[in-house]
Amino acid sequence: MELPAQTFQVTRADLVRYAGASGDFNPIHWSDRVATAVGLPGVIAHGMFTMALVGRAVTEWAGSPDAVVEYGVRFTRPVVVPDDDQGTEIEVTARVREVTEDGLTRLEVTATCLGDKVLSQARATIRTAR
Amino acid sequence: MPLDPSFVGRTYPPTAPYQVGREKIREFASAIGATDPAHHDPEAARALGHADVVAPPTFPVIVTMAASSQIIEDPALGVDYSRLVHGDQRFAYTRPVVAGDELVCTNTIEDVSTRGGHGFLTTRTDVSTVGGEPVVAVWARYVIRGEA
Repeated sequence: MELPAQTFQVTRADLVRYAGASGDFNPIHWSDRVATAVGLPGVIAHGMFTMALVGRAVTEWAGSPDAVVEYGVRFTRPVVVPDDDQGTEIEVTARVREVTEDGLTRLEVTATCLGDKVLSQARATIRTAR
Repeated sequence: MPLDPSFVGRTYPPTAPYQVGREKIREFASAIGATDPAHHDPEAARALGHADVVAPPTFPVIVTMAASSQIIEDPALGVDYSRLVHGDQRFAYTRPVVAGDELVCTNTIEDVSTRGGHGFLTTRTDVSTVGGEPVVAVWARYVIRGEA
């Protein structure tokens, strides 16, 4: 079963806000100068910000903010965020892999940016909604 | 310099307690656009059976990333931070983090290896309350890019 796709817009302002909230001030997430100096095309989103947005999608599908039992991802491709008002978009979809007898649902999640997968092995286990 | 494989299995002393604040959870939830009332309103959280506002699933990384400096900055292990890339991240929850929790992290090095000139480091952080109640286990895998 496929779950309905969710789309998240990501702008530079979102990265600055996430840096402050998470305490991750690595300059590759806010300085083009530093990002390009280490070989990136420009400022990229924190991997953990992408993971947090995908986590939002998962809790949305679960129907409860406390239903996630296990959640893991591999970061495969950076999400480049241009310095304009639109930023970029991350699209998140998921497929139900398994529903266990003890009330757990295992999801296989796909997250893409401009058509490229930015995560692999993205999996979440959620408790079935009460 | 390759990472020293003898570090596999090493466990570090527990970190100083991290006090989870209600406003910090609200700030983090707002930063990721999580609008569910249980992240913001203690009454909504209590209706779900929690003592106070509930943290979003990736919130524990605030605590574990700070705690992992114990490993990443261990001079004996010798990780070159400027070449460090976050490869994988995984959480296994006993229960969600809620405001009021006082969390302690115990770091263990699960794997150290070198392949194709790159170093790989897998850490496990067991996050529990100061009272010893397990809350979440957190794994991170880092790639230390080799010299080109």
